[in-house]
Amino acid sequence: MKDFVYHRPSSLDEATGLLAGAEDAKLLAGGMTLLPTMKQRLAMPSDIIDISGLSGLSGITVTADSVEIGAATKHAAVASSAEVQAVIPALAKLAGGIGDPQVRNRGTMGGSVANSDPAADYPAAVLGLGATIVTDRRSIDADSFFTGLFETALEEDEIITKIVFPIPEAAAYVKFPSPASRYALVGVFVAKTKGGLRVAVTGAGPCAFRATDFETALAKEFSPTALAGVTVPADGLNADIHADAEYRAHLVGVTARRAVAEIANGGAA
Amino acid sequence: MSSATGIGVPLRRKEDKRFLTGRGNYVADMKLAGMVQAVFVRSPHAHALIKGIDTASVMGMDGVVAVLTGEDLATDGVGGIPCGWGITGKGGVAMKEPPHPAMAQGKVRHAGEAVAMVMAETLEQAREAAEALVVDYDPLPAAVGVLDAMHSSAPQLFDDVPGNLCYDWDVGNERATDAAFAKAAHISSISLVNNRLIPNAMEPRAAIGEFNPGTGDYTLWTTSQNPHVIKLLMGNFVLNIPQHKLRVVAPDVGGGFGVKSFHYPEETLVTWASSKIRRPVKWVCERSEGFLSDAHARDHVTTAELALDEDGKFLGLRVKTVANMGAYLSTFGPNIPSNLYGLLLAGVYTTPVIYCEVKAVFTNTLPVDAYRGAGRPEATFVLERLVDIAATEMGIAKDEIRRRNIIPKEAYPYQTPVIMEYDSGDPAGCLDKALEAADWAGFADRKAASAAEGKLRGIGLCTYIEACGLAPSRIAGRLGARAGLYESAAIRVHPTGDISVFTGSHTHGQGHETTFAQIVSEQLGVPVDKIDIVHGDTAKVQFGMGTYASRSLAVGGVALAKAGDKIIAKGKKIAAHMLEASESDIEFGGGEFRVAGTDRAKSFAEIALAAYVPHDYPLEVMEPGLEEQAFYDPVNFTFPGGAHIAEVEIDPETGVVDLVAYTAVDDVGTVINPLVVDGQIHGGIAQGVGQALFENCVYDDESGQLLSGSFMDYCMPRADDLPRMTVATHITACAHNALGVKGCGEVGTIGSPATVMNAVVDALAHLGVTHVDMPASPNRIWRIIHNAQSAMAAE
Ligand SMILES: Cc1cc2nc3c(=O)[nH]c(=O)nc-3n(C[C@H](O)[C@H](O)[C@H](O)COP(=O)(O)OP(=O)(O)OC[C@H]3O[C@@H](n4cnc5c(N)ncnc54)[C@H](O)[C@@H]3O)c2cc1C
Repeated sequence: MKDFVYHRPSSLDEATGLLAGAEDAKLLAGGMTLLPTMKQRLAMPSDIIDISGLSGLSGITVTADSVEIGAATKHAAVASSAEVQAVIPALAKLAGGIGDPQVRNRGTMGGSVANSDPAADYPAAVLGLGATIVTDRRSIDADSFFTGLFETALEEDEIITKIVFPIPEAAAYVKFPSPASRYALVGVFVAKTKGGLRVAVTGAGPCAFRATDFETALAKEFSPTALAGVTVPADGLNADIHADAEYRAHLVGVTARRAVAEIANGGAA
Repeated sequence: MSSATGIGVPLRRKEDKRFLTGRGNYVADMKLAGMVQAVFVRSPHAHALIKGIDTASVMGMDGVVAVLTGEDLATDGVGGIPCGWGITGKGGVAMKEPPHPAMAQGKVRHAGEAVAMVMAETLEQAREAAEALVVDYDPLPAAVGVLDAMHSSAPQLFDDVPGNLCYDWDVGNERATDAAFAKAAHISSISLVNNRLIPNAMEPRAAIGEFNPGTGDYTLWTTSQNPHVIKLLMGNFVLNIPQHKLRVVAPDVGGGFGVKSFHYPEETLVTWASSKIRRPVKWVCERSEGFLSDAHARDHVTTAELALDEDGKFLGLRVKTVANMGAYLSTFGPNIPSNLYGLLLAGVYTTPVIYCEVKAVFTNTLPVDAYRGAGRPEATFVLERLVDIAATEMGIAKDEIRRRNIIPKEAYPYQTPVIMEYDSGDPAGCLDKALEAADWAGFADRKAASAAEGKLRGIGLCTYIEACGLAPSRIAGRLGARAGLYESAAIRVHPTGDISVFTGSHTHGQGHETTFAQIVSEQLGVPVDKIDIVHGDTAKVQFGMGTYASRSLAVGGVALAKAGDKIIAKGKKIAAHMLEASESDIEFGGGEFRVAGTDRAKSFAEIALAAYVPHDYPLEVMEPGLEEQAFYDPVNFTFPGGAHIAEVEIDPETGVVDLVAYTAVDDVGTVINPLVVDGQIHGGIAQGVGQALFENCVYDDESGQLLSGSFMDYCMPRADDLPRMTVATHITACAHNALGVKGCGEVGTIGSPATVMNAVVDALAHLGVTHVDMPASPNRIWRIIHNAQSAMAAE
């Protein structure tokens, strides 16, 4: 790891100021992604701005129609929250399936979403539920947030403060873990939301995306059989030593059907 | 049993207290005064010429103490890394043994090969400088896949090794085998790939070299299974350090699995560098560096045929294998796909004639060498897959075809057509016990239950044998070993009767500190808490041959029993004198020397005291003291074996294979500690299941870059991938050693890949599938199912 200057700001303003002022600053939340890349010298920031302790950045608030989760909230907190389990159990289950206990007790929602790892789980929920990403300066729709491989709509120095998830009528997340890393080889989040049916896919493409053909089919008839013959094109999907693109496309169908079945069977709300 | 802590007692391991409380002492924990940190600059290319290395430019960087390269090795006359086995191929042609410099000289031959060594005051400074070091490469096309590398148009690694062929070896009788095939009623065949593995011990490798300019003594601390052999190889063949001036210490070592038994370049380099800069030099391998610098394993491409008569009796076996050696010969490398493979192809069967041909090939990949099982899992995989194919083709049940061909218990000792003579065993007994324990007969119901859940269930069986307890030196010498393969032990009885045992074996997870103490406890009647096992330090322990190939107990344990016999013999002489009896009347048992048929006795501690305070002692005929040493060279290999059964459930939609049941019945000879044996078998099975279902070393075919270069991509088996295993033993004692022991370190890994894959193929048999290569990854299995379904739909 290269030398860097460590900052622990006491307010969001101070954090923003530090970000703007430094030559090549990086925010540090749980460090589960950033620290390994620094150890491998893939990232060599001049300054580290640790936002994990900022008050107001973590915590879960449930309102009548939404769940607001602070950006620095740990995966373990989301997984074990009785409130989240009550209103969006699929989200709690997703959080409980990220990595291992160590990762879940360090890693944060904001860090995961800002990183837009193609195999990360949270992006599927953010997109599947049609959440709003709130930053230090604006609100961004999930639909316009994930723009590519490790790319988002965030500006260089923009900080996610919280994410607002509308409470769906029902939702389910089914993850097909990569055998080696246990990140999502494919993960599909299906939600019946006020704004309509949403099917979001992670793991399969450069970043999380919506499977609109699936949504159309399910809007007509909400059942696993409605998805028979509906596919995502393999073209452009990720291919690596664990899964070729055709297999990933196939898995999108399988996991989507399983998520739909889970909802249809009342397995998750 | 003569001791409550003797042979057969399920004692908890003595050493675990220090490991579980964080008080182990590993090489990476050590700090020596004035020590510098070394970082290796490793080649990013699989094959390239080195045009230049600009060492001067980093010498001025903060904290940098020295930068050394392969040219410095040449200038200093440092030898290449030697190979411990010389294989002689067809027609008496010696294997090709190109030089293996500890750092590349002029050319790199695999990604990860060390090209420079940077030493600095701190690790970070060494890393900075290593990163800044400019190496000018001229990349060459690479020979990556083992079949591609044999091609006439393939890039050649060494000028004088045409076709990259290291050796073309055979064993068995080709003409007799051809004749057997000519009269066969049925011939079954298979083509398979035994997937390449990257072994991963929990502790990465590490080494510290220290030169003492005052005495001229060298010390190497290293994560080795084999400190004495490293001392001999490195001192004598590489660095030219007299043996009395070199000490090698392998302290606590966190797992080896064979991969830490080789002499690695880094060991030579830290030792050599410490004498150049006159400061201790430490290197600790990082996990990702380990992927690029530890020896890899397996990597065969094989075709094989089995000839049978109309009753399913095996008439002959023909095997052709191409084995990947990697870019250089590692210490045991050439021995693995030859002697430890071809000589095991009889398995537990009476196949009368066998012919096996192995071509070993150099490629631009890491060296390939022994890893838990070493050659024997590969042999078992070929044979047991082929037997299943034959059973299916001939419509004979899989247990039945084995029973028809298994060597009957009464036929031991049994001479196979491929050199080995099995001393003892009862494979049919293991088979019966395993079938019973696994409820083989009730499988159809379980299959139906799985089918009702939409799952494909399969059951797989394997009856195997292995050869371990390496080795009778005379036979090994004939097979190409360049060292002896005995083991040594010394027992030092202190004046108080407490005991220090010095063994040439090394423990790095096996539990010798407990099990070896149990052997002594049994023999001398002293409880294990009065017995310490000393190992791993060439300054403390007499010369030994180390731990690998399940040899510790079968060779080292037997050496220990021999030393114990000598202690008892001397004790009897002392007791005879003290008890005023004739030596022949003294019996030893229950920790006492007694005049037979009387109550006149001396305790073991009293005899020990008399030996060191010889006031009443036969000084005219015997020296004082009670310390004995023994070297034991076995007369034969030992042959553990057994029967394993696996059940898998496959999700046809995703291709995921779930291992739902595993039963192992193994004949490991006398059991010293059943807890330790169970642990070894559990762990061994986990590693074999790893190969069957998860692990796969993947190189880019063109560039020779390692694609599975971290745990993100190299899939290790995890606890939740494994079912609760049923393990049991079915013992026949080894007929040629004093303890009746065979070995248990590798059996799990040898039997399990074939067992699991037989189950996978069984689950897919209705689709016409006859073979699946490892690992049975979800993608591969889905592809097989998908293709079979598409083909059926098209019909
Ligand atoms: C062994 C292991 C297994 C894992 N398995 C999974 C898995 O199965 N599924 C999964 O989804 N993930 C997995 N992860 C990733 C994990 O979820 C991380 O928590 C996540 O990738 C990053 O979160 P973090 O809080 O650690 O972020 P950090 O590493 O601290 O930061 C990541 C990036 O996000 C930026 N960032 C952080 N917070 C903010 C913010 N509030 N606003 C703007 N930018 C910000 C940082 O600057 C940095 O660039 C795994 C990680 C590990 C180490």
